[in-house]
Amino acid sequence: MAKIETKTPPSEAAKRAYWTSTKRLTIGLLIVWFAVSYGAGILFRDALDAFSIGGAPLGFWFAQNGSIYVFLILIVIYCVRMTQLETKHGIRG
Amino acid sequence: MDIVFGDQTFWTYFFVILTFSVYIGIAIWSRAGSTEEFYVAGHDVPPAINGMATAADWMSAASFLSMAGLIAFMGYGGSVYLMGWTGGYVLLALLLAPFLREFGKFTVPDFVGDRYYSKVARVIAVICALFVSFTYIAGQMKGVGVAFSGFLGVPFNVGILIGMGIVFVYAVLGGMKGITYTQVAQYVVLIFAYTVPAIFMSLAITGNMVPQLGFIGNAVGTDVSMLEKLNTVVTDLGFREYTSTDKSTIDVFCITAALMFGTAGLPHVIIRFFTVKSARAARKSAGWALLFIAALYTVAPAVGAFARFNFIDTVNEAIYITDAENYDVRSAEILADGGKPVPVWYKDWEATGLLKYEDKNGDGVMQYRGPDAPDGLANEVEPNQDIFVLANPQIAQLPNWVIGLVVAGGLAAALSTAAGLLMVISSAVSHDLLKRTFTPDMTEKQEMRAARWAAAAAVVLAGLLGIFATSLPFVAQVVAFAFGLAAASLFPVIFLGIFWKRMNKEGAISAMLTGLVTTFAYIYYFKFVNTNPDLWLFGVSPEGIGFVFMWVATVAGVVVSLLTPEPPQAVQDLVEDIRIPGTRSASPAAIDL
Repeated sequence: MAKIETKTPPSEAAKRAYWTSTKRLTIGLLIVWFAVSYGAGILFRDALDAFSIGGAPLGFWFAQNGSIYVFLILIVIYCVRMTQLETKHGIRG
Repeated sequence: MDIVFGDQTFWTYFFVILTFSVYIGIAIWSRAGSTEEFYVAGHDVPPAINGMATAADWMSAASFLSMAGLIAFMGYGGSVYLMGWTGGYVLLALLLAPFLREFGKFTVPDFVGDRYYSKVARVIAVICALFVSFTYIAGQMKGVGVAFSGFLGVPFNVGILIGMGIVFVYAVLGGMKGITYTQVAQYVVLIFAYTVPAIFMSLAITGNMVPQLGFIGNAVGTDVSMLEKLNTVVTDLGFREYTSTDKSTIDVFCITAALMFGTAGLPHVIIRFFTVKSARAARKSAGWALLFIAALYTVAPAVGAFARFNFIDTVNEAIYITDAENYDVRSAEILADGGKPVPVWYKDWEATGLLKYEDKNGDGVMQYRGPDAPDGLANEVEPNQDIFVLANPQIAQLPNWVIGLVVAGGLAAALSTAAGLLMVISSAVSHDLLKRTFTPDMTEKQEMRAARWAAAAAVVLAGLLGIFATSLPFVAQVVAFAFGLAAASLFPVIFLGIFWKRMNKEGAISAMLTGLVTTFAYIYYFKFVNTNPDLWLFGVSPEGIGFVFMWVATVAGVVVSLLTPEPPQAVQDLVEDIRIPGTRSASPAAIDL
């Protein structure tokens, strides 16, 4: 199980900075997560239905299709950004 | 039964036997040799493979068979399932999966027990996990029975026994390793079976072969959008508009949220992320999982809308044929008179009881009407939501092999989910109850044997639940329990365990018990004792209440934690460690309480 680690472990300061950035990124992405599903798909649906995407009312489309695409993009952004953060702070990942 | 080469029964047997042989073959090839392989597939499943297995694990008989039909009836209201059962993956990827993987153990109660340094907390988590998993698995077994009895002419109970036998072989032999690779095969079968009919239907109704584009496109040969045309068709028959709902906004909000947080808290989904190599792999894997799930979930609303169209088009105002023996003759006569005979698929499915026709006005014609029909006629046709996905290939007049494929897909969806749930049940018993609580002196070999026996016992129990639960009226309703309980009892303690170091043993036990008891009592009361919706708390239905009690449980956990001593230093260090990838795997023996 235990692999031999050749790299030096990250410093306490680096770990703290990494965790702060992680939390900030997480909160940002969750705001978008909330906005497309509960916001566009439910709470502000009627207002958005005044617009349309193709032949579908926009709010309805967000609730049935659009939010799912955005969810997927959010996870991709999270993966990419986290890998960048880990490289920056010298964390193995 | 006569089986003729090329007919529907031939193709159904062909695909079912072919896919079952593949599953068994994979099980024999990937037998588990150690507890680590049995519980978590040796922690070395590649992220994309695990994502695919997670998608099959997650998409159950309900997703495959019932969801599009539910959407067809509910219209906009069906959005709660679409958003709820996909949005949970964002929570998993951002808040739970990578940290639980960094923690590096085998089960959800493992995390709760170690993080909250308490056997009591571990046992309560086991109870939550078992309760959630058993309610869920009964539904899967029932789905297997329906598919067998509806298509293969096998009695319902025999169908369940065959399903039990198959799951038994690969779950008991292969453990998580066997299940993972079988689920990959099952994903391929189910996504293909779902997409093929959807493409044909989309072409027929919208002229666009991509269902997601057909969904927002125009009805074929017109410049009116498909959804607008559907709204006109249903309102003309006295239904509310397809793009509207009769649920209140707060209820839609809470149901969506309960399904999302419930998804993130479901033990059989979480344990899939223990099978990958690292925290980074767990994040990627959640992305892959959602991609593979979205392949079905973005098609489902299109299938729902198309199915509603086709159903109205083929059934409404059709002339009913009572004399099933002479169906071909009668239907030809009706056609010759310029009439519209009841379609052959309707006659085929009527026997299953999923469709009912009552000639209320005695004119021999099938009137399908909503509650506010402008012509004042009463509705005479009662379709069950499960009919749509199963009968869609026939309704859309697709080739016989497509029908066989859909049956194999439905079975794949049910069996893959049942296997994932069995792993939760068996590891909760052998690892958490026996090894970590009551008989810690067990050797690895004994633990393996206990895990296999627990899986075997769980298969039998699940099968019995499937057989006997059919005589009880509440099979579909108990699913609300699974999500509500996962959201209210498991999600808060896992989330706070990672993000709030101060959360302690007392807080965790209070939070789990509060979530479990309140949600259970509410759902039980409003499902089985008093079903009057006017009495709902804040107008939230039992399906959505898990979200409300999740907050109550969180507040209870935080308040109790602040009033009691902070957790020991070793536990606070553990929390620090799981936040930084690579820390724990470098020192695997960090703490063991």
